[in-house]
Amino acid sequence: MEPLTGKEKMKKEISIYFILFAIIALIGGVIFGLIGAFQFITPGFFDFIPFIKTRPLHVSMVISWIFLSAIGGIYYYLPTCCNVTLYSDKLPRIHLWIFILTGVIVIISYLSGQFGGREYWEFPPALAIPIIISWMLFGFNFFKTVFTRTEPWPVYIWMWGTGIFFFLFTYIESNLWVFPYFRDNLVRDITVQWKSNGSLVGSWNMLIYGTAIFLMDRIKNDDSIAKSRIAFIMYFLGLTNLIFNWAHHIYIVPNALWIRYIAYGISMTELIILGKIIWNWKASLSKALQDFHILTIRFIVASDVWIFLNLVLAIMLSIPAINIFTHGTHLTVAHAMGSTIGINTMILIASCLFLIPDITRKQFNPFQSKIISIGFWIMNIILLFFWLALVIAGYIKGYLVVQDKLIFQDIMLQIKPYLTIVALSGIGIFAGLLMVFIPSLKLIKDYIR
Amino acid sequence: MRLNTKRFISAILITSFFIYSIVIYTTGTSVDKGKNYNTAQSRKGKLLFQKKNCIACHQIYGLGGYMGPDLTNVISAPGKGPVYIKAFLQNGTVRMPNFHLTETEKDEIVAFLTYADKTGVSPVKKFEINYDGTVNWKGKDEKGD
Repeated sequence: MEPLTGKEKMKKEISIYFILFAIIALIGGVIFGLIGAFQFITPGFFDFIPFIKTRPLHVSMVISWIFLSAIGGIYYYLPTCCNVTLYSDKLPRIHLWIFILTGVIVIISYLSGQFGGREYWEFPPALAIPIIISWMLFGFNFFKTVFTRTEPWPVYIWMWGTGIFFFLFTYIESNLWVFPYFRDNLVRDITVQWKSNGSLVGSWNMLIYGTAIFLMDRIKNDDSIAKSRIAFIMYFLGLTNLIFNWAHHIYIVPNALWIRYIAYGISMTELIILGKIIWNWKASLSKALQDFHILTIRFIVASDVWIFLNLVLAIMLSIPAINIFTHGTHLTVAHAMGSTIGINTMILIASCLFLIPDITRKQFNPFQSKIISIGFWIMNIILLFFWLALVIAGYIKGYLVVQDKLIFQDIMLQIKPYLTIVALSGIGIFAGLLMVFIPSLKLIKDYIR
Repeated sequence: MRLNTKRFISAILITSFFIYSIVIYTTGTSVDKGKNYNTAQSRKGKLLFQKKNCIACHQIYGLGGYMGPDLTNVISAPGKGPVYIKAFLQNGTVRMPNFHLTETEKDEIVAFLTYADKTGVSPVKKFEINYDGTVNWKGKDEKGD
């Protein structure tokens, strides 16, 4: 490949910085996750950063990985692969700077014990302002860019646009608690909080699944799937779930009964997505295995397996009769972790492995490819143990809570062996991640130099 | 799928989203069984609960961290209550830091948990499962005034 020069290099460079900071955020997030996991099983471990700080550090840094890598990819894919010119080359730079500066302030606020105390967004609420501004810049640039495209939009452009629009709205919604009308009624506060959190996850899934479809389109050089009727039907089904299915998080919160029934009914439409996945496998498994040597495809195939496992779990957790046992247990964590690592991270790694050689104009050498390949297997095999240990711990906890014969501390003792497996598996997943990312960081380092 | 069809479905879904949001903000969440306990003191306690990031370890209605127990009904649980809560807040534990709260702040946290207790039940231990997979939460109606 010819090295990039001048203006073209400058335009593409911003994405490599998004990816670089994304990888740093992920490595930091996993380190704090590991510390938190060991604090869970060994009270007093790493005492100078207590769990009330390690947990938000872990969550915020992993969410930063998701956003930075997804956004970095979209900024790169739009002008290079979608036949459009980015409306502004300056706005992505401003976006990145706002993201990094806000991220640093968030980390300082956690370490100094300044919290807003909202789950997943535990920083002081004033920091929501730069985050909202950065997404507005992203949205403005994105829509100004894609509206210049004269050809019909493939489904991934719809998904990216939907992800940006709904993230912006639902993130603002997640901050409505600053108004007493929302904050002062506990039931309303929790309902709106989980309405927004549920839809927020749906919106970043739109960014990520859009990226997965884009990658398959590019690698196979076939845009028929991304423009097909079935792709749009599945997209609209996903959007319907994003809007209406969030209430399975709060079945036991005493809000209006119909909220639960709507969520239950809509969640069951995910059976159609499950059926579609099984049907697709039947049709395309041999082809996928044929291309398994391509690193990007390998990670997307793995994400397919994790989508299947987590969708089965999600559908089960959405049935109120099962949810009553599983709510507030590690089964919910299994679903969250399985989705974040197994689905989101696998797809985003696939995107990084596609994008980094493309920007740097250098391929991974055979040794680096081998290391990434070993990292892939380590991550996925150990993630399965990690996930199963959480599922079992959740099942035991749910059963014992409903039985109501043991106190909290005794229930925790019962599940401690499984939580130990979770913490130890975390080390293995981290090792696998490093094996995937060290060769990637090497390419980035050579490029920047 | 034709562009107009896509636009039409998108418009319907986005409009539904906004209408549904407004309904959730109003009639969907209008009931507050604990309203008689929803005082200025409990509201300060709620903000303090957030400021100390208690949700990182504890749960309200099963939502939050799993390091410590669900606190929704800790005030009315047998053998627990305000004194029990204050003892934990006073000293901390091997897993829970001592936040060095003042007496006023401890009272605010207790007031918030008293309010939370009156709003409903978590975890639900009394229920009936229906043939369609739905559940009748029996204990829910036992709370409030």
